[in-house]
Amino acid sequence: MIWAVALALGTVIAAGTYLALSRDLLRCLIGLALLGNGINLLLFSSGRLGSNAPPVIAAGETTLGSAANPLPQALVLTAIVISFALLCYSLVLGVRLIKLAGSDDVSRLRAAEPPATESDKPALEETA
Amino acid sequence: MNLVVAPLLIPLATAFLCALAQPSPRLQRVLSLGGALTLLICATVLLQQVLIHGAVSMTAGNWPQPFGIQFTADRLGVALVLVAALMVTIAVLWQESDVDAAPSSPALHPLLHGLVAGANGAFLTADLFNLYVWFEVALICSLGLLAQGGALRQLDATLKYFALNLVGTLLLLTAIALLYAATGHLNLVALGDAAARQDPAIMLPLIGLLLVAFLVKAAAFPFFAWLPASYHTLPGPVLALFSALLSKIGICALIRILAGVFQPGQALLCDLLGWIALLSMVTGVLGAAYHWDMRRILAFHSVSQVGYMLLAIALASRAGDAAAIFFALHHSLVKAGLFLTAAMIFRHAGHYDLRRVGGLYAARPGLAAMFLLLALSLVGIPPLSGFWGKYLIVRESLLQGEYLWAVTALGVGALTLYSMMKIWFEAFWKPHPDKSWQLPARPRLKPAYIGLGALVLVTLWMGLYPEPILGFVIDAAAMLRGETP
Repeated sequence: MIWAVALALGTVIAAGTYLALSRDLLRCLIGLALLGNGINLLLFSSGRLGSNAPPVIAAGETTLGSAANPLPQALVLTAIVISFALLCYSLVLGVRLIKLAGSDDVSRLRAAEPPATESDKPALEETA
Repeated sequence: MNLVVAPLLIPLATAFLCALAQPSPRLQRVLSLGGALTLLICATVLLQQVLIHGAVSMTAGNWPQPFGIQFTADRLGVALVLVAALMVTIAVLWQESDVDAAPSSPALHPLLHGLVAGANGAFLTADLFNLYVWFEVALICSLGLLAQGGALRQLDATLKYFALNLVGTLLLLTAIALLYAATGHLNLVALGDAAARQDPAIMLPLIGLLLVAFLVKAAAFPFFAWLPASYHTLPGPVLALFSALLSKIGICALIRILAGVFQPGQALLCDLLGWIALLSMVTGVLGAAYHWDMRRILAFHSVSQVGYMLLAIALASRAGDAAAIFFALHHSLVKAGLFLTAAMIFRHAGHYDLRRVGGLYAARPGLAAMFLLLALSLVGIPPLSGFWGKYLIVRESLLQGEYLWAVTALGVGALTLYSMMKIWFEAFWKPHPDKSWQLPARPRLKPAYIGLGALVLVTLWMGLYPEPILGFVIDAAAMLRGETP
């Protein structure tokens, strides 16, 4: 079980990193979201995997025994909600940006930091 | 009554009420200012309590430690909360003026207070996962504020800010997951105790990963690119709030982790941090020397000043931590003041770029005096507040025999003077390049001058009478390390 999860985690993180390094804006955003989901999987597996016993301490015992730790499952719910909200925000931002800039090539998005026109001085910034 | 969570609840409630009041912009402004002032009073009372009784804690649901989520107001946290309260009050007040105020939008005030709630949560929490949640609250609100204008350059800046900060929070989440798997604790005190019993070879990379995540948030070399890429697209008061709060969240977490939680100190990590600090100081100040837009000059200086704080943390002693806390407080106020002065220059002379402004010494001598005080304080000229911050750092470096670190800190100070004098000569001393330029007719400046004046007065007080604050930060550092003051 742990090997299957480790393999899945590696695959997701590799795919996420590959996409996040892409010059295509939407691919980059999807890649970041995949990376986030990969990390969520890691957080989930920091409890214990492979047990389907309920996380209830039996009468007369003081420890949980073989059941999975429920705390990382609660934590990962929080993390999933946050990463989903950020994914939605980033997609709206990305689409709006592509419309305004007329390009989805990340290396051509230089509006915030325009390239220098003179050799020794930075470009004049817009003041808005 | 336990006030520890009040600095979280007040901004959250204010944000909620402002969101409800959005049909009436006037009511929204009144609520926002009222919430900011309540927070300021509450932070002052909390500071009093901490000064009298020591750290005040609260555990959610009265769970026994280490299981409950705990909030602890120690001296470091409460001082930063007070700075946050002061800055949000000034930012909201500044909105009443017409000096580069943010375009009025129904989401502006809720987002401002949400950002403060996130920052205060990060300053006060004693739980690692809770820290991640507050980081995200602050991140989401700052994303909203960055995208407010909706112009291409603002959205572009938002994207850069989003991508780099998201990688930072993902690294933080990874570190939290692995630390929890290794120790079984999230409460900072319990985590520290459990980590001391673990194999150091396992803990070292995990703590290192945690530090990298905080370095991204603090905008240190080589992770600082998000800061100068985005700050200059913000309107004046929001920019001042960002510069006072955002990098301090990372710095506060770094001080807590390195000085408080993982004791005995991590010598290797502190050494590495020292070199990162040197590179931050040098790259930041050189980046600033190249630029001509005042906001970008000051944004690059933030990177360099973060380097000073990291250097103080890397010294890993009580005096070093005290210096880092003093510097963080000084930098929040002075840098915010400088950003606000830049907005004033923009309002009077019509541009943020130094090639397009001038003549303000003759036209506005009072503003010139305020700029000079803040700029010389940033450089570290005695008797202003920056001098004490740098003096503490350089003295501790020399005492520990780190001569290269001390010399670099002084040399970067000289280069800071260069940038500040560039603004002084270009914006105040030289005549305005446009011969037909006149001061704007009937600007609404009063709220802006009140905000800026308050910051200048606090800076002067910190510089001329530093004794109480120096004592405060030394006790704060001792408190973090669990030593008796």
